[in-house]
Amino acid sequence: MSLLSVDNLGKAYRVYGSEFQRIGRWFGLPTKPKEEHWILKHISFSIQPGEAIGLVGQNGAGKSTLLKMITGTLQPSEGRIQVNGRIAAILELGMGFSADLTGRQNVYHAAGLMGFNADQIDAVIDEIEAFAEIGSYFNEPVRTYSSGMQMRVAFAVATAFRPEILIIDEALSVGDSYFQHKSFGRIKEFQKAGTTLLIVSHDRGAIQALCNRAILLDGGTVIKDGAPEEVMDYYNAIIAQKENSTVQVHTLADGGVQTRSGSGKATIDSIALYNTEGAPVEYVGVGDNVCLTINVNINEALPELVVGYVIKDRLGQDVFGTNTHHLECVRTSLQEGDLLSYKFRFPANLGVGSYSVAVALHATDSHIADNYEWRDLALLFNVVNMSESTFVGLAWIPPTVECE
Amino acid sequence: MLELFRSLWGYRGFVFSSIRNEFSARFARSRLGGLWMIINPLAQVAIYALVLSNVLAAKLPGIDNKYAYAVYLMAGMLAWSLFSEVIGRCLTLFIDQGNLMKKMRFPRITLPVIVVGSCMLNYLLLFAAILAVFAMLGQWPHWQMLWLIPLTLEVTALAVGLGLILGVLNVFVRDVGQVIPILLQVWFWFTPIVYPLNIIPEQFKSVMAYNPMFPIVSAYHDVLVYGRSPDIQGLLLGAGVAVFLLLLGLFMFRRAAPEMVDVL
Repeated sequence: MSLLSVDNLGKAYRVYGSEFQRIGRWFGLPTKPKEEHWILKHISFSIQPGEAIGLVGQNGAGKSTLLKMITGTLQPSEGRIQVNGRIAAILELGMGFSADLTGRQNVYHAAGLMGFNADQIDAVIDEIEAFAEIGSYFNEPVRTYSSGMQMRVAFAVATAFRPEILIIDEALSVGDSYFQHKSFGRIKEFQKAGTTLLIVSHDRGAIQALCNRAILLDGGTVIKDGAPEEVMDYYNAIIAQKENSTVQVHTLADGGVQTRSGSGKATIDSIALYNTEGAPVEYVGVGDNVCLTINVNINEALPELVVGYVIKDRLGQDVFGTNTHHLECVRTSLQEGDLLSYKFRFPANLGVGSYSVAVALHATDSHIADNYEWRDLALLFNVVNMSESTFVGLAWIPPTVECE
Repeated sequence: MLELFRSLWGYRGFVFSSIRNEFSARFARSRLGGLWMIINPLAQVAIYALVLSNVLAAKLPGIDNKYAYAVYLMAGMLAWSLFSEVIGRCLTLFIDQGNLMKKMRFPRITLPVIVVGSCMLNYLLLFAAILAVFAMLGQWPHWQMLWLIPLTLEVTALAVGLGLILGVLNVFVRDVGQVIPILLQVWFWFTPIVYPLNIIPEQFKSVMAYNPMFPIVSAYHDVLVYGRSPDIQGLLLGAGVAVFLLLLGLFMFRRAAPEMVDVL
């Protein structure tokens, strides 16, 4: 049985000609709303126990509305939500805290608001106090707290009881970095114990590190639901998409999904990785010197061209990325029909594993401004350890060791 | 409806802690704290007594105590302060708590219950203070005062019923929140609290029959001032009105609850 199932969900804000018509409707009068604004429509998905799902989408895509309906503060206008288990949300930390009460009193109050009785709270109050780590301030009025301390207490309460579904909004950054690690650890712990995570974030790294599935909302509907890497690529492409440019998705031979977007004013002709002997390679030894060659066709006269690339690990997390703007090799006043060949030389100081290269052709220093072509998974290569000592991790940072 | 009470019971801890927090928050950083809740109505009584006692005292029939007018005022004020406090707070309740309702999932019905609990606490404090003043004026508690239990319930039911209806309407039509304080002011003066019943001109007395607060305030006078049992018939009628308004209020609240968050 699924933990949460959302079936053809929709939310409309209704505007009535007069509020009295709305009131009349409660009493069964057959009045019709003047306008309906549909914020969300035809949303369907279901979530299994233990999944970790990233919910992504641009501002105004309907993420918050969807979350509010899942948590139950908003009622859907159509469709159904079925929840089997308790939902906790780290959305509004510190909601309902009262400044004149002590941290301890506020904990009782906030946990009561979550539906727990005094006995249940008594059982975990010491743990909450220990987790928040604010010392004697716990028994001082909340108005004397710094905002970080207030967050600590609020997070400790919100996660005092393990929920079946935990909703985490952007505000994953709770307090200082020490507490961020601590709260992240608790979230991971919950996930291990079987809690399903529903994470809203614009941070690609966080989504790909935590989630095994992502749902992309745009214009009030689900436009993509699948592996985080694939969804995030598509999301990036949407952001980069400009008028009269297209987003194309190709399924590669190995089953990966390549996303291309851009206006096509400049296109990638070919891309390859060469070793020092000038032979194309797919397997690269740790620390070997390689040359990434990107050939670019100019299809229209361009005032400026910047070529950028990002090397990503197999989870799609950025390992290293730069572009010719930062490398101070910007080409200007290009003519139609020009063919440019870029050669990026670097040592492959990477850990063992599979890597992909994403390439972007654009003007100025970011692909947002004028995107000619953006291609994810443009090149795949593997790093193998042939000559170096054994190590773990993403990067090859060769040390020397001394012992005195 | 049953579900309503079940969720309320499940959140009883929250209701009690909210009432307690509200109460203790009043004491924080204020020297007299909750005493202000008593001082306010008593000061009002003192002002009226001071200003009006010479004009009206002679017209209060049946008592020869020189403080009779003050006692009369306090009895009426006790009922009215509960009534107007509950209505006043219910009126802006959902707007004030809008943020919480938008962000947290909890039974909405706890909100008016917290208001009633907190107003009741103030009422009890005020009653205790009034008993103390009565004792100073030479009037000791008596058994007729037990009538105050059903009377309190009736005022509360009437006020909560009206408060819920107005509070729900106020979410959608904000003018309600502006006009009600004015109407309450008018209502106060159309209820014999400051003046005795017998100075009302004969032709207006029939209007009083439509005022549901009239039998209640009269009953407070009967019990606290004259020490006699109140007029049952008028009270039953008032109780009927109160129950009807309470049910209507609950009905509207149930109907409006899903839509309220949309417009807050």
